[in-house]
Amino acid sequence: MPTDEIKDIAIAEQQLARNGQQRQYVNELTTLNLGPTHPATHGIFQNVLQMDGERIISGVQTIGYIHRAFEKIAERRPFYQITTLTDRMNYCSSPINNMGWWMTVEKLLGVTVPKRAEYIRVIMMELARIADHLICNSILGVDTGAFTGFLYVFQKREEIYEIYEEMCGARLTTNMGRIGGMERDLSPVAIQKIRAFLKSFPPVMREFESLFNRNRIFMDRVVNVGGITAERALNYGFTGPNLRAAGVDYDVRVMNPYSSYHDFEFDIPVGYNGDTYDRYMVRNGEIWESLKIIEQAMENLPEGPYHADAPEYYLPPKQEVYRNMEALIYHFKIVMGEIDAPVGEVYHAVEGGNGELGFYLVSDGGRTPYRLKFRRPCYIFYQAFPEMVQGSTLSDAIVMMSSLNVIAGELDA
Amino acid sequence: MITNQEIVDDLVGKFGGDLIFNPVENYGLLNVETTADHILAAMKYLYEHPRFKFQFLTDLAGIHFPDAKGKELGVIYHLHSLENNVRLIIKLYVPIENPVVPTLVNQFACANWMEREAYDFFGFDFEGHPNLIRILNVEEMDYFPMRKEYPLEDATRKDKIDELFGR
Repeated sequence: MPTDEIKDIAIAEQQLARNGQQRQYVNELTTLNLGPTHPATHGIFQNVLQMDGERIISGVQTIGYIHRAFEKIAERRPFYQITTLTDRMNYCSSPINNMGWWMTVEKLLGVTVPKRAEYIRVIMMELARIADHLICNSILGVDTGAFTGFLYVFQKREEIYEIYEEMCGARLTTNMGRIGGMERDLSPVAIQKIRAFLKSFPPVMREFESLFNRNRIFMDRVVNVGGITAERALNYGFTGPNLRAAGVDYDVRVMNPYSSYHDFEFDIPVGYNGDTYDRYMVRNGEIWESLKIIEQAMENLPEGPYHADAPEYYLPPKQEVYRNMEALIYHFKIVMGEIDAPVGEVYHAVEGGNGELGFYLVSDGGRTPYRLKFRRPCYIFYQAFPEMVQGSTLSDAIVMMSSLNVIAGELDA
Repeated sequence: MITNQEIVDDLVGKFGGDLIFNPVENYGLLNVETTADHILAAMKYLYEHPRFKFQFLTDLAGIHFPDAKGKELGVIYHLHSLENNVRLIIKLYVPIENPVVPTLVNQFACANWMEREAYDFFGFDFEGHPNLIRILNVEEMDYFPMRKEYPLEDATRKDKIDELFGR
């Protein structure tokens, strides 16, 4: 037996002993392929598990099934064409990725975004966060056998997607916003839809919570399952709800406020022992906080332009292009990617659905990035999964994976 | 509140200006450079520093500069001190013929996949890494695709003239 395996078995035995259990089948291990296309993995990635009966001894992960080389593709594209790549990373909350990218570019170019555009961005990002967390928590319900909550909140997710549609015409891969602001203002229909959502969502969310939060069957499945200590979580580079569930109140929105987040009053929900139940509760808490932020942003929505006055980077209105020489030139230059960016290096991070979503952009002064690195939270925390599942049962592993909210698109980029 | 100047002074005081050099501020974010031989000591020092406490490895990125002879490949470490809310970037460059960089896995568990990704795309040899194999690309791949000599599009195509598009 290789030494790695013996070490894994020793760790698993310790974990079992902590639960007052011991190994059942001492002389044989079963190899089990969880994935790549398992209905419970919600995306394409594989885990080869060594099982002792129903207990997991060790796991080896294989990822990269939907790797699309975004970082390489980005080196050939002008800045404004890269948002469509960011959409496809965490596709449950694409507006956050889009805005994160625009803010990175604006930081490099030195474009100041007007207040109204920042508020609209905040509204869109928080709607995206709600949609992201709703999917994660309701799918956690599905994985534990409760389908009702999932169907119920998906109606509300649909309403969020209708708001996206009103804002940018797309639903899933949104490509929302432009360098310097938004591509269009909040339309009366969008405002009415957001207001309707703010009114109709809380009762649904309360009902969803009353279905799960103190549900005996649900709690039996998730309490004390897949816990991780704050120390290990930090060492593994956890960010976002998964880190906050372990009790660390790190939130990029508060630590490095961007896009006027310092204007809003909101709390950071934190958990206690980082188990699946805490992750679930932290996400629910964040949904309520996001609602608070959207309400404040809608109430205090400033008047004014919805994009910066930056003709070199922001497309002129189409009717101008036909009549005005200057607009035509700028239109051509922007679309053909003729405008060079300044030389520089930027790191900008936003709080994505799963944690710190970072963009490290190195520009050599050309029309495309010299190097673009996405800090993808999923990719970094998912490597802790084998350590977290050691000694637990297969059904717990499914619940754990579900509550970590591993999104295959973000994992593989 | 810790200023960037304090960090530079402290690092240079500890390691000397030969080992920690080129401090630059990019949009408020401090960048320093070191060498592959001293990265582990610098990381350990920053981790255990009683005030700075750079105990969170945010990201690790590789980069390729084909024209910088002897310093073609670079590793860029993003550190974050959550307690002080200060970020720091440490860079090091190695020659492309022998891109050996010591691994950080013993200090940061998250460095495991980050280094595998950097190996996968740039071909760094992270010395002491427990499992340095490809992670996102297929195992059969025999080159490192993020290096600049590999064009994204098929170089034999005649219908796309780069100069016309400013590329």
